[in-house]
Amino acid sequence: MSGEIIVDIKGLTKRFGDKTVVDNVDLTVNRGEIVGFLGPNGSGKTTTIRMICGLLRPDAGNGTCLGYDIRTESEKIKLEVGYMTQRFSFYEDLTIRENLDFVARLYALKPRAKFVDSTLNRLGLSNRQHQLAGTLSGGWKQRMALAACVMHEPQLLLLDEPTAGVDPKARREFWDEIHELTSEGLTVLVSTHYMDEAERCHRIVYIAYGKIIARGTVAEVIAASGLHTIVVRGGDTAALARKMKTLDGVEQVAPFGNDLHVVGLDPVLLEKEVRGAIAGSGATAAEDATSLEDVFIRLMTSSEDNFTSAGGRAS
Amino acid sequence: MNCLFSWSRIGAVMAKEFIQMRRDRLTFAMIIGIPIVQLTLFGYAINTDPKQLPTAAIVADHGPISRAILAGLEISDYFDFGAGTRTEAEARSMLARGEVSYVVTIPVNFERKLVRGEKPQILIEADATDPAATSNALGSINEIVRRAVANEAGGTLAELEPGGMPVDVVLHRLYNPEGITAYNIVPGLLGVILTMTTILMTALALTREVERGTIENLMAMPARPFEIMVGKIVPYIGFGFVQVGIILIAANILFSVPMEGSLTVLLTATVLFIAANVTLGYTISTLARSQMQAMQMTFFFFLPSILLSGFMFPFRGMPGWAQVIGEAIPLTHFLRIVRGVMLKGGGFADVAPNVWPLMVFWLAVGTIAMLRYRRTLD
Repeated sequence: MSGEIIVDIKGLTKRFGDKTVVDNVDLTVNRGEIVGFLGPNGSGKTTTIRMICGLLRPDAGNGTCLGYDIRTESEKIKLEVGYMTQRFSFYEDLTIRENLDFVARLYALKPRAKFVDSTLNRLGLSNRQHQLAGTLSGGWKQRMALAACVMHEPQLLLLDEPTAGVDPKARREFWDEIHELTSEGLTVLVSTHYMDEAERCHRIVYIAYGKIIARGTVAEVIAASGLHTIVVRGGDTAALARKMKTLDGVEQVAPFGNDLHVVGLDPVLLEKEVRGAIAGSGATAAEDATSLEDVFIRLMTSSEDNFTSAGGRAS
Repeated sequence: MNCLFSWSRIGAVMAKEFIQMRRDRLTFAMIIGIPIVQLTLFGYAINTDPKQLPTAAIVADHGPISRAILAGLEISDYFDFGAGTRTEAEARSMLARGEVSYVVTIPVNFERKLVRGEKPQILIEADATDPAATSNALGSINEIVRRAVANEAGGTLAELEPGGMPVDVVLHRLYNPEGITAYNIVPGLLGVILTMTTILMTALALTREVERGTIENLMAMPARPFEIMVGKIVPYIGFGFVQVGIILIAANILFSVPMEGSLTVLLTATVLFIAANVTLGYTISTLARSQMQAMQMTFFFFLPSILLSGFMFPFRGMPGWAQVIGEAIPLTHFLRIVRGVMLKGGGFADVAPNVWPLMVFWLAVGTIAMLRYRRTLD
């Protein structure tokens, strides 16, 4: 990582009607980084990404992407950014090859056939190049979309929930490809809901109700949350879960198969309460590392509370 | 026990349809707007018995009876001598360009021959490209002339015309002497078919991208609005030309419609007409949010195109305000060009007055399209 700043935005704000969808967001992304962009549905991830690549005009704030002003130089930004939309948005009535050929023409890539061929090869699409995009399964569609986004060798890849609805194997391969690309100098900003994907990022940014409320490496974000976790194993999980929720010092209780993850802020109080609750139930309790998911659920819940008490929208 | 169908489920589907209909404001507006606008528009505008058609006169005899005949024609309300008295050459070219529908010629020594009982001729040349537009006027012309002569010269000529016609009214139905409807309709259909298909197809072109979500991708890539517009329009111009070929061949083989003028003139005007239409279609597709809306807007434009352009009903039969609307429709001008070239053998100079309105229309809708096209998803 050279430390060169690729995306640098400050105070970015976007309103739709009287709703502020993105509220005063600061964000930097360095060259060669994979930055995970996390947050609940409707938190402003897509809107932020669209503003970075010039598809939406910010109402306030400013910034640069690859050194170009995001307000005035979107034409230049488009040439060096690959944007993969949340929904598959290539032509379903064209074949894979025809779609890539179209994209190659728009970017004026020469020699076109060579660019298309090497991209097809690189992403293992050569055998299917004459298949209509509309007949592809989710995993192959995603692969084709990635191919179309990286063919013009962009410096920055913006991926908006790229793996939604894709099976685990295809997701694994997708992420391997992303890491491969970043090792070659590509920078990636990727939004996702999946915790395992967040853990594959160099850095994560958590946004809720348009505001960034956590950022850093995964370890930093977990540490900053101040949460502690006790795993309760055995006994009547459902009954225990109901009981745990009423305890002092317990923030969250989530079943994972036969285990219960009990999360709280005060480790001493948490330990005492949980031990008391399981006495005589046959269950065992042991401290464990707090998972990123627990942190996010906590962030989501608390930001919702803040928002509601601040008199914002209830939804 | 069970009924074949459930009222509650039918009710559920109905309620859902109503809710969706109400949410789609444009469709709702169309449901209310189409009957109101089009009924009042067409109800008042359409008139199958056109009156006050522009007429030029070539008068070589200025006697009181000549004047009485011209006045009689004017009073009949079918003829409007606003075009005034002209030389023969002027009058002919006005007729060819479609500026007048009739030319009335009163020859030299008309009145003297009348008095002598020689049954002089009056020549009435009519633009018969649209047989319906002139048939009523021509049907009543003998009676109009007889009365005018009788009134003016009743005393002096009474003994000369015992009930019969003192004058020989000669009718020339120019450009379509046999009054064959197909000669008028088939060239007109060229314009109508082009209007419908080219506007509709381009209207759907961009809306389809919006509906399928591919527009987001297109905008994220380095394609400029102008490039997208031209790239989307040109294929449909080509498509329109395939239709032109089919219609012209059919006009010739199936309907024996003559081709008096130059094919080059016709095709040049056709390029312009198709370009204007596909650009309008493109403009519609920047306004509509779904393919359904694009289709509705196309039909909203298509109906007046058929009814107010002179395709179905005589243009000159409409009241002034409706003619103003008609002048703003490309089909109106294209119809005049096609009929002018195919039936009257008109050249570039003859069709020019109808070419520039097409250009103005084209530039206007093209500008709207460029302004309307959004560079961002806002």
